[in-house]
Amino acid sequence: MKMFRILNRCIRDSFKSVMRNISLSMASIVCTTITLILVAIAIIVTVNVNNVTTLMEEELTVVVFVNKDVTSEQVKNIEDALNKLENKKEVVYKSKDERKLEMQNSDESLKVTLDYLAINPLQDTFIVTVLDVDDLAPTAREIRKIDGVESAEYGEGTVEEIVGIFDVIKKATIVIVIALVIVTAFLISNTIKLTIFSRRNEIEIMRLVGSSNTAIKLPFIFEGFLLGLVGSLVPIILTIYGYMLAYEKTGGTLAVEAIKLVKPVPFVLITSLFLLVIGAIVGMFGSSGAVRKYLKI
Amino acid sequence: MKFIQIKNCYKVYKNGVTAIADLTLDIDKGEFVFIIGASGSGKSTLVKMLYREEKPTKGTVEIGGINVGKLRNRTVYKLRRKLGIVFQDFKLLPKLTVYENVAFALECIGLKGSEIRPKVMNALEMVGLKEKVRSFPNELSGGEQQRVCIARAIVNDPKLLICDEPTGNLDPKTSKEIMNVLEDINKNLGTTIVMATHDKEIVNRMKKRVIVLDGGVLTGDHLKGSFKINENV
Ligand SMILES: Nc1ncnc2c1ncn2[C@@H]1O[C@H](COP(=O)(O)OP(=O)(O)OP(=O)(O)O)[C@@H](O)[C@H]1O
Ligand SMILES: [Mg+2]
Repeated sequence: MKMFRILNRCIRDSFKSVMRNISLSMASIVCTTITLILVAIAIIVTVNVNNVTTLMEEELTVVVFVNKDVTSEQVKNIEDALNKLENKKEVVYKSKDERKLEMQNSDESLKVTLDYLAINPLQDTFIVTVLDVDDLAPTAREIRKIDGVESAEYGEGTVEEIVGIFDVIKKATIVIVIALVIVTAFLISNTIKLTIFSRRNEIEIMRLVGSSNTAIKLPFIFEGFLLGLVGSLVPIILTIYGYMLAYEKTGGTLAVEAIKLVKPVPFVLITSLFLLVIGAIVGMFGSSGAVRKYLKI
Repeated sequence: MKFIQIKNCYKVYKNGVTAIADLTLDIDKGEFVFIIGASGSGKSTLVKMLYREEKPTKGTVEIGGINVGKLRNRTVYKLRRKLGIVFQDFKLLPKLTVYENVAFALECIGLKGSEIRPKVMNALEMVGLKEKVRSFPNELSGGEQQRVCIARAIVNDPKLLICDEPTGNLDPKTSKEIMNVLEDINKNLGTTIVMATHDKEIVNRMKKRVIVLDGGVLTGDHLKGSFKINENV
C-alpha cells in the first residue's frame, strides 16, 4: 500500500515534470521520433533485403549441360557424380525432349520455331540446387570437370554481386541503427539531466526528509520511459500505414518479380512492438545514465 | 546510555582540511544544545555528521544506538526519517503552498492523505502558522518561512531536531520568535535540539548547554545556564 502510494507519486511527478519542461521534453520526443523513424526504415529495408536474398538464394541453381553425344550410361554416371557433390541439395534431370516440350508450352514463338526444326537442338540437362550459395563458383568448377559435361552455368557474377550488395546494405543499416539508438539515449539523458537540474532543490529536500533513493530515482527513470514511449508513437503509426500503403500500391513486388516485399501482417506489428520497446528501453537507459551521473546516490 | 554519543571523532575533508579533530561528546535525550564557534570552526561539519551528510573520517557518531557513520548510502533515508533538519536558507519549494510544503515531507515517505492532514495541521499550529496554510512561500516574511521549515522538520515527530544557523538570515526580533518556537518544541514535545549558531545574543539569553568549537577542537562544554559569551570573543 505504501509502496503503491510512493509509486503513484513517482508517476505523477514524471508527468508533471514532462509538462513543466514541455519544450525540452518535446525536443527529446521529436529526436526519439526521428531516430525511431530511421530505425523503422532500417528495419523495413533490412528485413526486406533479407527476404529477397533468401528468396534468391532459394532459387539459385547450377544448370549442367551434358554433351550431345553421350550414352544413357554416361548420363547415369554424371548423375552419380553430381549426387556425390558436397554442396548439392537436389539434382533434377531434364532430358532434351522434356525441355523441348517445356519450351514449346511456355512461348508461342518458340513453339513455332521448335516445331519447324526436325531435330531437337537442345541438350540433356541437370538442375543442381546448392546448399550454400557462397560456394556456387567452386561447385560449378567441380561440375565442369565431370566427364561428359559440356558446361555448367549459373548467374555468374550478377548473383554474387547482388548478394554482396545486400550484405553491405544489411551491415550498414545495423551500424546506423546502433548509432542512432546511442544518439537518442544521449539526448534523453540530456533532457533528464536538465530535469534533475531544474528539480535539484526538490531532490535535496526529498533526501533531507528521508525519501529512499529508489523513490528519488524512479520519477526520472519513468520520465525517460515516458519520453521514449511517446517518441515511438509517430514512428509506429508511420510504419503501419506507410508499409501497408507501400505494399498495396506495389502489389507486394518491386521492379522485377524476384524482389518480393514481406507481407505486412504480422511484420508491421512486430516492427511496431520493437519500436515501442526500443523507445522505452532507450528512454530508461538514457535517464538512468543521467540519474547515476547527476544524482550521486 | 546517552542519546547522542560522539567518540574520538575526526573529519578530514578530501582537500585535507581537518574540520573536526578528536571530538568526544554526549548529548542526552530532551536536551537543548547550542554549538558555537567562529566561522570555519566546524559547526556545520559536526551537524552534518549527525544527519549523515558527511561520514566521520575516524571515530564514531552514534544516535539512539545506531552508528550513523557506518550507514550505507542506500539506508541513510531511514535515519533521516527520524530526524528534523532546519537550515539558514529555508529550502522551501516555491510552487507549493505552506500546507503542501509541510505535507511534502510526509508524502515523500509514503503516508496516506488522511494520515498527513492532522499531522501537518498539528505541526503548523505548533509554529503558529495555522492561518497561512494556503499562502505561498514568497507571500511570507523570512520568519514565517523559517517557521514553515520548522513545521516541516517536526511534522514526522522526530526525536532529534538539527538546526544549522536557523536565525542566520533573520533580524533580532524575528530570531527571538523562532527561538521561542524551538523552545516550545523542546519543552512540549521533548524533542532533542542541536543548534549551530553564532548569534551571541540568543545564546546568552536562552541559557542552555553550550558547546564551543575552535578550529574543529572542543574548547568548552558549558552546562545549562553557566555560559555567557564575552562580547569580545
Ligand atoms: N565540503 C567541504 N570540503 C572541504 N572543506 C570543507 C567542506 N565543508 C567545510 N569545509 C572546511 O571545513 C572547515 C569547517 O567548516 P564548517 O562549514 O564546518 O564551519 P562552520 O563552523 O559551519 O562555519 P560558518 O560559521 O561559517 O558556517 C572550514 O575550514 C571549511 O573550509
Ligand atoms: Mg556553518
